[in-house]
Amino acid sequence: MAKLRVGVVSPEREIWSGEADMVIAKTVDGEIGIMPQHAPVLGVLVEGGVLRVKREGEGDLVAAVHGGFISVADDEVSVLAEVAELGSEVDVAAARDALERAQASIEANQEDADAAVEAKRARARLRAAGEDV
Amino acid sequence: MGAQLRLLRRRINSVKSTAKITRAQELIASSRIVRAQQRMQAALPYEREIIRAVTGVVSNAASVDHPLTVAKENPTKAGVLIVTSDSGFCGGFNANALREAEALRGLLESRGLNVVPFVTGRKGVTWHTFRQREMGGNWVGFSRKPSYADAKEIADTLIESFKDDNGIDEIHIVSTEFVSMLSQNVVVRRILPLEVEETEVSESTAIPPYFEFEPTAGDVLESLLPRYVESRIFTALLQSAASEEAARRRAMKSATDNANELMRVLTQQMNQARQAEITQEISEIVGGANALADAAAGKE
Repeated sequence: MAKLRVGVVSPEREIWSGEADMVIAKTVDGEIGIMPQHAPVLGVLVEGGVLRVKREGEGDLVAAVHGGFISVADDEVSVLAEVAELGSEVDVAAARDALERAQASIEANQEDADAAVEAKRARARLRAAGEDV
Repeated sequence: MGAQLRLLRRRINSVKSTAKITRAQELIASSRIVRAQQRMQAALPYEREIIRAVTGVVSNAASVDHPLTVAKENPTKAGVLIVTSDSGFCGGFNANALREAEALRGLLESRGLNVVPFVTGRKGVTWHTFRQREMGGNWVGFSRKPSYADAKEIADTLIESFKDDNGIDEIHIVSTEFVSMLSQNVVVRRILPLEVEETEVSESTAIPPYFEFEPTAGDVLESLLPRYVESRIFTALLQSAASEEAARRRAMKSATDNANELMRVLTQQMNQARQAEITQEISEIVGGANALADAAAGKE
């Protein structure tokens, strides 16, 4: 079966690239699963989403992706993230800490948009690291 | 010791310590260029993908009307982002960028536009404050190691001012492009409104795929274009950072070379002065001895 060539890039570096069987990402319209031979798509990713790359013979590659785009064309998938972090690189303690702080400031002020984004990001990082949130 | 000799010796010492400093600066700059280049390389994939995505949207959606792509009918104000360095010791780096910015200013003013400078880098900011030019915005402190957040901050300010009806109507960027270790060019680019170029599709390039959009082409463009501007600014900052270090390395290398040459000349002069002093002393002693001998002969 044909494979997908996947690249996950952030502005400052290339996070990961390689071959995969399936890519699952969360766009603003909902989850989208991409397999080889998929029609060309350009989608906007949500803030604080989790990207899952299914590979043959290896565990899934999971990354926290904050904002950005996914573009699919000719079995090439590029994920352009503003900020991205591999699940294996997430500092769980720091992410939990950030989540607690964000939640505290949301409780103090319901309209704190920054804190809401912060909480979303922290949750995505924790989920990417395989933690329960 | 003669006064001249002492003076020369003092100058040689001072030149020597200056040479040490410039040599150290040169080495620091050389090691920094490598890192700056790596950062430039690391940012390339993202920029390439963004450009591809923008091309994809624009070539698919025939009627793309977005505030960022549409040229305003009667432009009155133009914003110019000038990228300079925070620290000096880098030869003509800042002077070149500022000169190019002045040329652009003249060009825009001849088109009847008011020019609003946006400046990054301490050198450019002081240049503007010294001339009491008002700036639309200024950012300092990251010229050597710009992060994406810095680029985002700049892009946000520019885009906001661009969308504002009383704000700027076009945005140009003056920065230094890193070509190689030896050559860096100042380049002027218009980043907004975006230019949709109609280029002939050469046979080697494939027809761009027909994209589906999630959710719609307009929404994708809405969030894609600011990212594109950010990415362009980020690239300019990174290129400028690498160019700054390269310019510094070159300036410091020629300073070190000049100091060494000066030291050679001064050492020669010092040796001559010392030799002249010794010769004079000998001739004085000989003269004195002769005078004594003559005096003794005269008594007899």
